[in-house]
Amino acid sequence: MRRGARWFAALMISPTLLVLALVVIYPLLSAARESMYVRGEGLDADGFVIEGERFVGLANYAGLVGERFVNAFANTTVFTLATVALETVLGVAMALVMHGVLRGRGLVRASILIPWAVPTAISGLMWRWVFQADGVANAIIGEKILWTTEGVQAKLAVIIADTWKTAPFVGLLVLAGLQIIPTMVYEAAKVDGASAWQTFWRITLPLVKPALVVAVLFRILDALAMFDLPFVMIGRGKFSVETLSALVWDEATQLRYGPAAAYGIVLVAYIAAIVFVFVRLLGADLLADARSRKGQA
Amino acid sequence: MKRTLAAGLIVVYCLAPFYWMVVSSFRRTSDIFSTTPWPSPPSLENYAAVFGGHSDFGRALLNSLIVSGATTALTLVFGVCCAYALARLHFRGKNLVLGLIIGTSMFPGALLIVPLLKLFTELGWINTYHAMIVPSMSFALPLAVWTLTAFFRQMPHELEQAATIDGCTRWGAFRRVILPLAAPGVFTTAILAFFATWNEFMIALTMISKADMQTATVRVAQFGGASDFDTPFGTQMAAGVIVTIPLVILVLVFQKRIVAGLTSGALK
Repeated sequence: MRRGARWFAALMISPTLLVLALVVIYPLLSAARESMYVRGEGLDADGFVIEGERFVGLANYAGLVGERFVNAFANTTVFTLATVALETVLGVAMALVMHGVLRGRGLVRASILIPWAVPTAISGLMWRWVFQADGVANAIIGEKILWTTEGVQAKLAVIIADTWKTAPFVGLLVLAGLQIIPTMVYEAAKVDGASAWQTFWRITLPLVKPALVVAVLFRILDALAMFDLPFVMIGRGKFSVETLSALVWDEATQLRYGPAAAYGIVLVAYIAAIVFVFVRLLGADLLADARSRKGQA
Repeated sequence: MKRTLAAGLIVVYCLAPFYWMVVSSFRRTSDIFSTTPWPSPPSLENYAAVFGGHSDFGRALLNSLIVSGATTALTLVFGVCCAYALARLHFRGKNLVLGLIIGTSMFPGALLIVPLLKLFTELGWINTYHAMIVPSMSFALPLAVWTLTAFFRQMPHELEQAATIDGCTRWGAFRRVILPLAAPGVFTTAILAFFATWNEFMIALTMISKADMQTATVRVAQFGGASDFDTPFGTQMAAGVIVTIPLVILVLVFQKRIVAGLTSGALK
């Protein structure tokens, strides 16, 4: 009986694991190998031409000290820090407002889903249009800023566009967290004479933390892999907004698989390091959390 | 009053840029840079341009539909079985497996594409639908398993016991009892997976070089972007509206389900 149950579970799970092994694990291992090879012709020890791939050890990783990689690394970091910070603050604010709204709840919920639903590539075009030299953004602020050309202003434009699209998503997740806080807790705080500010910092924030941590983790993962938005909004290979993903992609499509894979592996290591630190600091133990909640229910 | 005002601000924040895209799409090319809050006079010129000429945007929409539809269907078949086992069967290492599956979504698409581009080139898969469908599973499948597992966990524990007492096998209990009851959750997951693949950009951009195989998101981004001076903004906005409208309709019709789907994984 028990053995039958195990077999049944294994049968149900294996197709998914097989697919993920093919589309995630294999490319990952293959990229790790690729990062130590170069493509193209070379000469062997006897002076014969050899075609195909050559093992070069860590030579592809030499690009890590190059200007282009350092720039992409800095851009990725700046984008991630700025957008996640803005989205968290705005998202929490939106959730607090939506939680208290009595009239027009449906309208607010529907409109908050719109930025999430607009495809990132389309939102890139949309913001590119808003940020044109003769566009509506300059008309509103009464300046003539060339937002979509190389420079700090391009970074800012990307940060604004990304925040617009994803702050509502954070808001939705936080709102769901707010809705499961029992009203009794707030009544007790009121009886104890807590101010609105104290109630927020001491009660709302700690109780909504599990939902917020998950939302922020999702955002960090997404922001670190950012590609579509700068690509469509500002353009291909634009130095001031080139992210690590864009650099990896650009190298791969120029058939420089070796350096592309090396940069990609470093990006994975960077993401893993940040997730590790984040989970350690905030205790975002997603699965253990699910288990303990189950136990309480 | 203050709350209503704040809620109004949120609505404006979310809708204003989108509204601007819609308004611009209805302007004539000659007054595309106009900043009036509505198009005067309104014109369908841009929409005619999207479908007219040699851009063949209808084909791009069809390609998007095929790729998203196929990816969603495959993802659901695999994801439903896997999520059911993870949520409702008892075996060792369950949380480890769930953690591994969710963990795969940590790897950036740009890295996974490097070896896949090389492999697909060797296999002659470039410019095919499967070159887009297969890599899209890398993000759609973890998303589906994550959402579905949360849905399956919410169902009462006694369902399988009752089914087994009534003489169902394990597979029978899953297929005849659990699956029909889980239909709303499966449907919600289907919407989320469809959204994710419809919005996909990088894979389609990389694996496709022939115009008639491009998906809509890639097609729009490449509308006349040759030089900065004559970018057909009106046409781009009209195409952007067309690509987004199916999603907006889905959002309006199924907003409660979508919110439940997005948040259930994060809360349970």
